[in-house]
Amino acid sequence: MSSKGRIGVYICHCGLNIAEVMNVNSIVEYTASLPNVFITRDYRYVCSDPGQALIKNDIKENDLDRIVVASCSPRMHETTFRRVLEEADLNPYMLEMVNIREQCSWVHIGEPEKATEKAKSLIRMAVVRTTLLKPLKMEEVTTLHSVMIIGGGIAGLQAALDLANQNHKVFLVEKEPSVGGHMAQLDKTFPTMDCSICIFAPKMVDAGKNSNITLLTYSEVQEVSGIVGNFHVKIRKKPRFVDQIKCVGCGICATKCPVKCTSKFDVGLGVRKAIYVPFPQAIPLVYTIDKKHCLYFTKNVCKICEKFCEADAIDFNQELEIIELDVGAIIVATGFDCYDPSELGEYGYGTFSNIVTSLQMERLMNASGPTGGKILRQSDREKPKRIAFIQCVGSRDKRTGNVHCSNACCLNSIKLARQIKEKHPESEVYVFYNDIRAFGRRFEEFYSKAREDWVNFIKGIPSEIKEDPLTKNLIIFAEDVLSGYLLEVEVDLVVLAVGMIPPESAKELSRILHIPRGTDGFFLEAHPKLRPVGTNTAGIFLAGACQGPKEIPESIAQGKAAASSVANLLFTGKVMIESMIASIDQDLCIGCGLCEESCPYVAIILADRKASLEEALCKGCGTCGSLCPEHAITMKHFTDKQVKAQILAAFER
Amino acid sequence: MTEDFEPQILAFTCNWCSYAGADLAGGSRIQYPTNIRIIRLMCSGRVDSLFILEAFRHGADGVLVTGCHLGDCHYVTGNMFTEFRVNLTKQALETVGLEPERLRLEWISASEGEKFARVVKEMVDGIRKIGKNPLRS
Repeated sequence: MSSKGRIGVYICHCGLNIAEVMNVNSIVEYTASLPNVFITRDYRYVCSDPGQALIKNDIKENDLDRIVVASCSPRMHETTFRRVLEEADLNPYMLEMVNIREQCSWVHIGEPEKATEKAKSLIRMAVVRTTLLKPLKMEEVTTLHSVMIIGGGIAGLQAALDLANQNHKVFLVEKEPSVGGHMAQLDKTFPTMDCSICIFAPKMVDAGKNSNITLLTYSEVQEVSGIVGNFHVKIRKKPRFVDQIKCVGCGICATKCPVKCTSKFDVGLGVRKAIYVPFPQAIPLVYTIDKKHCLYFTKNVCKICEKFCEADAIDFNQELEIIELDVGAIIVATGFDCYDPSELGEYGYGTFSNIVTSLQMERLMNASGPTGGKILRQSDREKPKRIAFIQCVGSRDKRTGNVHCSNACCLNSIKLARQIKEKHPESEVYVFYNDIRAFGRRFEEFYSKAREDWVNFIKGIPSEIKEDPLTKNLIIFAEDVLSGYLLEVEVDLVVLAVGMIPPESAKELSRILHIPRGTDGFFLEAHPKLRPVGTNTAGIFLAGACQGPKEIPESIAQGKAAASSVANLLFTGKVMIESMIASIDQDLCIGCGLCEESCPYVAIILADRKASLEEALCKGCGTCGSLCPEHAITMKHFTDKQVKAQILAAFER
Repeated sequence: MTEDFEPQILAFTCNWCSYAGADLAGGSRIQYPTNIRIIRLMCSGRVDSLFILEAFRHGADGVLVTGCHLGDCHYVTGNMFTEFRVNLTKQALETVGLEPERLRLEWISASEGEKFARVVKEMVDGIRKIGKNPLRS
């Protein structure tokens, strides 16, 4: 056998994805002429079962020791083909993939000849590189059984319950004083009109009681290090100034507290005290002192809560606590924020008193909301008789930077409209919309029912809203695009169906976890079709609206999917990790320390003027390798020799 | 400079951001010129100055180094060293009489398929104006 190997090259047609653009025959002919290439084949779908069998047979029958697959991106199928090699008793690292789909046929559709030439040179580069590949051993590491979930909304809670039931230790980190997220704020759910908190609270209670779940509420993730199976996490637990173990949640403190402030849970419409639980069903039912408003913290007086607390739970000296955890996997379920419509001048939100957002409307409808479930106007506490919904506020609107559709607002407004009609059939309800997207099961029926109930749907987004200074009524200016008429509609209350946007925290979390975000700001899944809850960082998964706007059942499904992915990952207690790491030749090392300085993982330590590598810490970025003035560091699988050979081959003719 | 001059551009991408960005350009069918050949590395921090010089020595008309945006590096700080090194290499190119514009550094995230395509187009156009690499026979 030649020392440079016997290479098998497989060129995939990918149906017509590749073959339609370039001349596969010409590529095959060229490839077969390259040195060390023993077999060249083209096949309709190399990734298919017969395609894989073809490679395996060739390896066995022709004694191939290196494989090149020219097909889609290695990000798509590198693991597939590595497994093929393994099954044929070949080291999986003796594979090189050539991306002739995403980076060739799909981006050069009108240039078949040039694309064919490009594919040839990409294959030539790969073949040359392949002759220099060395077998590598995957490293097996043991994994921890515990999991951290960030975000205690419906997606995170569902994932927590599923994992806890499979006996995983779950740490659920929630930034607010209670779990619940947005679902706890909703009044009803569409299309079944269930009471949101009634179907949700039992799950919250289950999570609170489950001995496998530790709720870390009022806490935020500060730092994450380590790798799949063994993450080390630092969490900032903010002081509540109430002892979580002693507090029994009786609420006497809040009745006695003299300070009233606006309630975030009621989206600014209601009031709460400076010592509070966000809502009656809060889990844990532990009070929290709002330091910004508490008289003791602002003026050094009062302490009434302390006087009345029979459990002796008030602790004004409580401090920020850093909790350190080791977990095997992480699920991100940080949900969404509602778009703030105050920046849209034409609607006058924040200026006109009788305009609310859809989330505020949920609170106005809710029995435990600020009005006890009565829909009342802010200006005169009167019941509005004419109500208009405006759709796509902060969604599908380039001006706001949010081009995406927020998915749930159409049905949510229809739900609210129907609720109004049920409570007060005599009221006039208008919905100004772009398109009604009633795509889910039973959604269209739900929408039809609203039409039957005489909810007025008007296709056309209003251009302006004016306020009548005397009555505080609102006059909506819009074009009904179906009839072409310009409308002026006077109503008593306007509800803006605000879109879902990535939460404030997403940017920081993306940095802490090294998981990318899309242009819309939501976290990016590993593959839009095939790995919807995975990320490109092994061991970190996504669930719910942090990955894009979602309604409740979808968020639950994703929570379950993420839990299942974690359970799959941690089931055997072992994971294989990449062995593409550095290796240091100490004979060449002059002890300059550049590598030690550049390593973000503290994997290189300089001792006695010689660098040494802690292999388990190295992640294989290669930064040290390219800094080393003596070339004493070799990056496995990306050696100087391998990369330089590729460079040279790129310019061969 | 001849009319039929086709710039040869070599690009280094990191596995996590810019290679994925290039894949996204494909997935979204955003078209760009065929003049580019991509070498995938794990991190742009792996791009040794010698790789860049080697490319020019063998006749590259342009070299494009791409990585994750600063602060978003999959390996925390790898790309900071890349930036430092690419700037140094530009000076080295100038010293030997090659236009520093032939070397370009761009941060391209996994969601910036459009940017990847735009950068390639700009670079091909730019280098067409500068002309062939004089080291290319």
